[in-house]
Amino acid sequence: MSHKPTLHLRDRARKAIKDEPMRKAVQKAVDRLSGNREKAQIELPSWDDWREQGKRIRKHTVDHLDYYLGQLSESVRNKGGHIHFAQTAEEARRVIIDICKKNNGKLVAKSKSMVTEEIHLNPALEKEGMEVIETDLAEYILQLAGETPSHIIVPAIHKNRYQIAELFSKVAGKKIEPDTPALTAFARQTLRQKFMQADIGITGCNFAIADTGAISLVTNEGNARLTASLPKVLISVMGMERVLPTFDDLEVILSLLPRHATGQKLTSYISVVNAPRKENEKDGAEEFHLVIVDNGRSRLLADEEFRQALHCTRCGACFNVCPVYRQIGGHAYGSVYGGPIGAVITPFLEDDFDFWGELSYATTLCAACSSVCSVKIPLHDLLIKIRRKRIELGFTHPLERVGFNMWRRFFKLPGRYKFAMKMASIGQIPLVKDGYIRSGPPPLSGWTNSRYLPAAAKKTFREIWQEKYK
Amino acid sequence: MKASIFITCICDSMFPRVGEAMVRVLERQGVSLDFPPGQTCCGQPALSSGYWDDAREVAKGFIDSFHASEIIVTPAGSCLAAIKEFYPVLFEKDPKYLDRSKELIRKTHEFSEFLVEVLQVTNVNASFPYKVTYHSSCHPRRFLGVDKYVYALLKNVEKLDFIPLAHEEQCCGFGGTFSVKMPEISESMVNAKVADILATGADVVVGTDLSCLMNIDGRLRKQGAKVRVMHIAELLDEGMRT
Repeated sequence: MSHKPTLHLRDRARKAIKDEPMRKAVQKAVDRLSGNREKAQIELPSWDDWREQGKRIRKHTVDHLDYYLGQLSESVRNKGGHIHFAQTAEEARRVIIDICKKNNGKLVAKSKSMVTEEIHLNPALEKEGMEVIETDLAEYILQLAGETPSHIIVPAIHKNRYQIAELFSKVAGKKIEPDTPALTAFARQTLRQKFMQADIGITGCNFAIADTGAISLVTNEGNARLTASLPKVLISVMGMERVLPTFDDLEVILSLLPRHATGQKLTSYISVVNAPRKENEKDGAEEFHLVIVDNGRSRLLADEEFRQALHCTRCGACFNVCPVYRQIGGHAYGSVYGGPIGAVITPFLEDDFDFWGELSYATTLCAACSSVCSVKIPLHDLLIKIRRKRIELGFTHPLERVGFNMWRRFFKLPGRYKFAMKMASIGQIPLVKDGYIRSGPPPLSGWTNSRYLPAAAKKTFREIWQEKYK
Repeated sequence: MKASIFITCICDSMFPRVGEAMVRVLERQGVSLDFPPGQTCCGQPALSSGYWDDAREVAKGFIDSFHASEIIVTPAGSCLAAIKEFYPVLFEKDPKYLDRSKELIRKTHEFSEFLVEVLQVTNVNASFPYKVTYHSSCHPRRFLGVDKYVYALLKNVEKLDFIPLAHEEQCCGFGGTFSVKMPEISESMVNAKVADILATGADVVVGTDLSCLMNIDGRLRKQGAKVRVMHIAELLDEGMRT
C-alpha cells in the first residue's frame, strides 16, 4: 500500500498556500495554542528544569528501550493481557485484524491514535467488512470528510466550524448550527450509541508504564476511557518508543505534555488501563491486547545522531510555533506526521531519504521548534543533518552539488574570493537598476519574483577599508 | 581597546555601508579596529544546506584568518550563531581545529553585544527622531540573546519612538537557500512579516542580521513601501551624527 503523494513538496506547498480558509483556521488555532503554552510557562517558574528532567527520562528510556519493552511485555502478560510485536505496518494490521476476527468483531470504536494512522488501519478493517467509528471529535469530523489529520494534537485544525457544521448537517439530514455546543451535542449523541454497540475498542497509547504494564491515555473528551472500558475486547496500539519506566516518570512527562500541547495543566481526562477485567470487577474489557509497532523506529534507534527523535512526547508544540507549518498547514507535508518532528522522523519511518528527505527543506532552520520542544530535541539541528545525510546518499540536484563545489573553490582563498566578488559586481550590471535587481533568470527568479535583490556594492568593504582606514 | 572586524561575506559584498557604520560607531567609543584580510565566509551557506565537507574547508581558512586576533566583532548575528552552534560539530574529529574554533567562539561578539557586554556602553549619545520597530532575527535571538542588547541601546537613543512588532518571534522567511528552493513558502512568510511591519506605521525597521534585513527590504521595495530598513549600526551611526 503506497501513500506517497504524487506531487513534490514545493508543489504541495504551492497548492496549500492558495487555501485561505485552511490557512486562517490553522493560524488562529496555533496562535491560541502557543499563547496558552506561553501562559502555562509563566505559571511554572521551573519550566526549563521540567523540560530537562523530561529529556533525561526520555533519553534513559530510549537508550534502554530493549530492557523496558521486555519489562513491559512481562508486566502485561503477568496481568493477563496479550503482547504483540509488529515489525511493519502490514504485520500490525494483520495482528489487529486477526484479533477482531477471532472475536467476531463487527463494530470497532476507536479513540485518537496517530500510530493507527501511520499503519493505515481503518481502510484495512473496513476491507474486512468491519465498521470503524472514530470517537475523538476531530477524528470523527475527518472520518466524515474522508480526510487525514493535519496536526498530531488537533487533527482537524485545518477546518473551521462552518465547514464542520456543513459535514454534520449532511449526516444528520437536517441543519446543524455552526456553533460549538450544537456541534458537540450532535457528535456526542451519535457517538454514544456507537459506544454501546461496539464489540471492539481500539486506542492508541500516550505512554505505557513498563513496571506495571499500564497504558495511559490523555484526552479532553473522555472518549478514550469509553473506548477502553465499554467494548468486550480492547486493543491498544503503540509505537515502540512510547514507554516509560515507572509512574513517577509519567508524572513528569504528564506535567510537560498538556502544558506544551494546549497550555493545560492537565487534560480533562487522564485514563489508565491496567490489565483486563477481573472477575469481581464491574467494567472494563475482558480481553486486552497491546500491539507494539516498530515500522521503521529501529532505524532511528540504531542511528546515534537521530535516536533522540524517539524522545518525542507528541505534544505538538513544534507544529504550533513553526512558521512554515503556519503558512502551509499539515497536509502539505504529505506524511502522516507533519511539522518539524514529522520532517525529521518520516525519512526514517518510510526508509526513503530521496522523496521524504525533501521535508527537511520545509524549514528556514529558525529553531523555533527546538526552543519549545517539551524534551529539548534539537529539531532544527536534526533537519540540517537530514539534508547532510541526503547529500551523502547522493539524493541531491547535481547542479546544487556543482554550485557548492565552486563556492568552496572560490571562497576558501581570499584571492579567489575577491576575484569572484569582482566578477559578480561586473556580471550583474545589465540586471541592476537603482541599486536593485528586480528580475533575474532561475534560480534567481525564485527570489526576484517576490522581492528585489540588492545589487552587489561597487566597492566591497575590504576595498573601502584598504583605501580609507588602513 | 583593539578589536578585529569579522565583516561576513554578505556585508562585505552587498552592504559595505553597514560595515562602515559599525566602524564609525566603534571608533567613537575608542576602539581601534583592524581587518584581517584573509577572511572570506564562515561557511554557513554550505553548512545549512548539508554540504559539510565544503563548509569545513572554507571554515578552516576562516578560522586561520583570525588566529592572531584577540577580540572580534561582527555585524551579523546569524553567521556568529552558526559558528557557535556548528563549528564544534564540524570539527568533532579534528582536535586542532576544534580547539581553534572554540577559541574563535570565545573571542567573537555580535555588534550590539560587543557594545553592551564588552564596552559596557548602552548609551552612544544618539538622537533619531523617527518611529522605529525591531525585527528580531531567529538565531541572534535564540542563540546569542541579542534582543536585550538591542532594546538597551534603542532605549537610550533620544527622540526615538519605539513601536513593538506583532509576531516578533516569527521568522521572516529568508532561511538561506530556502528562499529560492521554496520561494512560495518564503514569500508567504515575508508577506506576513511585512504586513506586521506596515501595521506598526514605523518609519524604520531595524535589525541585527543582514540576510533577514535584505529579505524584508527586498519585499518592501517590491511593494513600493516607504519604510527604511536599517542595521542597528547604521541607526546608531546616523543618530550619532545628527
